[in-house]
Amino acid sequence: MSTINLIIDGQTIEVEKGMTILDAAKKINVNIPTLCHHEDLCVAGNCRVCVVEVKGKDRLEASCATPAENGMEIFTNTAKVRNARKDIVSLLISEHNTQCTTCYRNTNCELQNLAAEYNVDGNKYLSVLKPNIKVDKSSWSIEKDDSKCIRCQRCVRTCAELQHVNALTAANKGHEMKISTFMDLPFNEVVCTNCGQCVNRCPTGALTERRYFNDVWDAIGDPTKHVVMNTAPSVRVALGEMFDYEIGTRVTGKMVTAMRKMGVDSVLDTDFAADLTIIEEGNELLTRLKAVLVDSNKEVKLPMITSCSPGWVKFIEHMFPNHLGHLSTCKSPQQMFGALTKTYYAQKKGIDPKNIVSVAIMPCAAKKYEANRPEMNSSGYRDIDAGLTTREFGLMIKQAGLNFKNLEDSKFDSIMGESTGAAVIFGATGGVMEAALRTAYAVVTGRSVPFENLNITAVRGTDGIRAASVKIEGCLPDWKFLEGANLNVAVAHGLKNARIIMDEIAAEKSPYHFIEVMGCPGGCIGGGGQPIPTNAEIRAKRTKAIYEEDMSKPIRMSHENPEIIKIYDEFLVKPLGHKSHELLHTHYRKRNRY
Amino acid sequence: MANNKLNKADIIFSPYSVEPYEILKNTMQKDKTFVVNELIESGLKGRGGAGFLTGLKWKFFAAENNEEKYVICNADEGEPGTFKDRKLLVEVPRKVISGMAIAAWIGNAKHGIIYLRAEYKYLIPELKKELAIFDEYSKKFGLTFSIEIFNGAGAYVCGEETALIESMEGKRGEPRNKPPFPIQNGFLGKPTLVNNVETFASATMVCRYGSTEYKTYGTKDQRGSKLFSISGDSPKEGVHELELGMKISDFVNEFGDGDTKAVQIGGVAGFCIPRKEFETSIIGEGNTTGGATMLFNSTRSMYNVIHNYLDFFAEESCGQCTPCRVGTQQLLKGIEAVKSGEKPDTYLDELIKLSKTMKITSKCGLGQSVTNSFASIVKNFREEMLY
Repeated sequence: MSTINLIIDGQTIEVEKGMTILDAAKKINVNIPTLCHHEDLCVAGNCRVCVVEVKGKDRLEASCATPAENGMEIFTNTAKVRNARKDIVSLLISEHNTQCTTCYRNTNCELQNLAAEYNVDGNKYLSVLKPNIKVDKSSWSIEKDDSKCIRCQRCVRTCAELQHVNALTAANKGHEMKISTFMDLPFNEVVCTNCGQCVNRCPTGALTERRYFNDVWDAIGDPTKHVVMNTAPSVRVALGEMFDYEIGTRVTGKMVTAMRKMGVDSVLDTDFAADLTIIEEGNELLTRLKAVLVDSNKEVKLPMITSCSPGWVKFIEHMFPNHLGHLSTCKSPQQMFGALTKTYYAQKKGIDPKNIVSVAIMPCAAKKYEANRPEMNSSGYRDIDAGLTTREFGLMIKQAGLNFKNLEDSKFDSIMGESTGAAVIFGATGGVMEAALRTAYAVVTGRSVPFENLNITAVRGTDGIRAASVKIEGCLPDWKFLEGANLNVAVAHGLKNARIIMDEIAAEKSPYHFIEVMGCPGGCIGGGGQPIPTNAEIRAKRTKAIYEEDMSKPIRMSHENPEIIKIYDEFLVKPLGHKSHELLHTHYRKRNRY
Repeated sequence: MANNKLNKADIIFSPYSVEPYEILKNTMQKDKTFVVNELIESGLKGRGGAGFLTGLKWKFFAAENNEEKYVICNADEGEPGTFKDRKLLVEVPRKVISGMAIAAWIGNAKHGIIYLRAEYKYLIPELKKELAIFDEYSKKFGLTFSIEIFNGAGAYVCGEETALIESMEGKRGEPRNKPPFPIQNGFLGKPTLVNNVETFASATMVCRYGSTEYKTYGTKDQRGSKLFSISGDSPKEGVHELELGMKISDFVNEFGDGDTKAVQIGGVAGFCIPRKEFETSIIGEGNTTGGATMLFNSTRSMYNVIHNYLDFFAEESCGQCTPCRVGTQQLLKGIEAVKSGEKPDTYLDELIKLSKTMKITSKCGLGQSVTNSFASIVKNFREEMLY
């Protein structure tokens, strides 16, 4: 890689050729403000707050969009630069709904931060905020408030580049320009997968998750209700960020205590249902393999693809409606958990399921939509009554007046609170695959997977698509048909990569038997409901914490979870049995592209 | 130095006395480097308004090594008050096409595209006939170059070359970040030369006359002839070919109605010159122009004029960058507020400052040039802006 030299604020530095002025400045600890820039996304250069002065040029340059050049002399802190930035922030404020105190993103808003830094006079310019902007609350997952939109198009780029969904786009021009959906339809009528990646990247409060925490407080305050809360694997490695912990800190114990102190009746773990998913899904995979390889059953589809990520599920329903047969019929851990809460749990605890309120704390915006899918009521009651994001949950802890950092650690309640390391890694891309392989290999061969410490590193990592092949040898008698076979698996995260996987399947060129797809980049640790900001570095730290949590668990294979063994003994009878099909499996529906 | 007088030129619209495409044929017998150097030597600058040295641009284009290269003729002609490109395409299309073909020959480009303004759709049948004739000749000359027509959709900003390219790629007409420039990375990511209709026609004429003769027209800064679209309070509205470098007073004497109080040079994105500066201002010096020239007489309200311009900008900004999208709205609302007494006179100074911020921070020429007309009108006709 060739390098170049340039001078920034009097300091000479050497940087790689092609690096932007913005990144070059970062290297010498010069912070340049940005709004439209996000390191996950392509350069836009449209907000213009990152302008800097380049010697010899009258016009300022957008540092995020301008490559550093050899011999360039840059000034980031001149009166001209400061005045221009202040003017630009003032202009943004002039078209903005500045009711900051009542905004969900208050104190975590990039525009607000800049307005404060530059001490912007809100009355310098006349208000050009469009009157009568209606907040789109049509979606179960996402709210869109154009009065808070700064047109940075991060959401548009997220939806197009990272997710290949294109539910959002820039529409109209000039003063009418806005971020819109196809034909300006409400969010619930377009291809939106509810992944919430746009929400996570929105610098302001224009895109937010639909909040349900007030409903949860109502339930907690209602003495006739029994509130059961369960938390997804990735929440415990990200929640700390809302309480000034270093990124990647595991706060499992404090999180459990916080829920209990909030007044939740039973504090349980979605991880339990993740272990259960592995049993059901693992058996489904083996059944499908037998049907295809031994019985030549043309009705049964391979590769089988995981179905835990509701953003992904809605994506395939919209984009590949003729290939729904590849999806595992397993409900996601959230929904399995909910269905069992209203049945198994209710029976064991002797509580009328109509009085149980099941609440899921998720890293996800799409989980809200999933909870509201009409078919998710197999017990006769809603599987899940409310799905909250990590962010909403953090807010509830604050509202409850809890000093989170000083809380003592405690353990999940029982039943349905026990889990293994295999369940925790559901939170990172590749985790479901690894957990499934740990169990499936053990079921088929009676031995542990041939990887050191059970760590199947081939399916870990950050590459968008990762493939691996596991040779199956020494099968137990029931599984002799798999003897010597190579099980080809793949992992994809981010819907852009899911599309590549699906294009292969649609072209009948997919070499795989089993595929894990997570809708969000990095998997759930990078979910749309996680603390803001989320970027590659933060995702890496949360992922590291997930694998540490796995290693810290005494049991690391789902089928060895004693509560799982017990639930089959006491209630479900056997994997893919009658009860399982009734409560733990689901079906999908074809949707349009628009 | 300006020649300080108005010379009417007759180059571009000079009769096409030779065989069709004879200039192209003759040029192709010369050395490519020689032709490029001739263009550079001639001093011909882009006629769209930005004024980049045409020969140099072609030299850069020729230096790009790529199998697939594009020559695009920008016939979006969206600047209010300009209509000379239409006249060129109607009256001397072969000069335009020849210019494109010479550029393609120099740059080894196989594909040419005329990006035609939406409203000029009616020109397509005639242009297609011309292109069919061109195909015959280019085959005869052994030139592998064909030209298609792309009809725009009507956005002003698509006259900006990168927005034009985006629009051709089927995307929203939004300017790109530069660098990379279209010469390196343009249409479909390939090296792309974009020039104005008149630039191609003028390049053809440079090839015909040679740089030495071409240079005898115009001034040191602005060589050759230029088409002016003249409109407003003028008894001689229409397209006129003039040598560059005339004083505004000469221009007004020729084209005004005897009562001219201001001349808008370079369309709404250009400058407005008040009467007191007619003697000292020279067209083409410090006010590069695409040739749209509007004359206003004393019956015109300059408040209405600038209000009209700002209305246009606020609607035609693509909306992507903050200074242009919001700035144009602020200027518009701002002069209204001063006019109605809601804001004090001094607010005009704030607005001029804002327009300067727009000039140095906007992403493309649209937002960058609003200050030209805004500041010149508000400063020179301040009393007309007040309550």
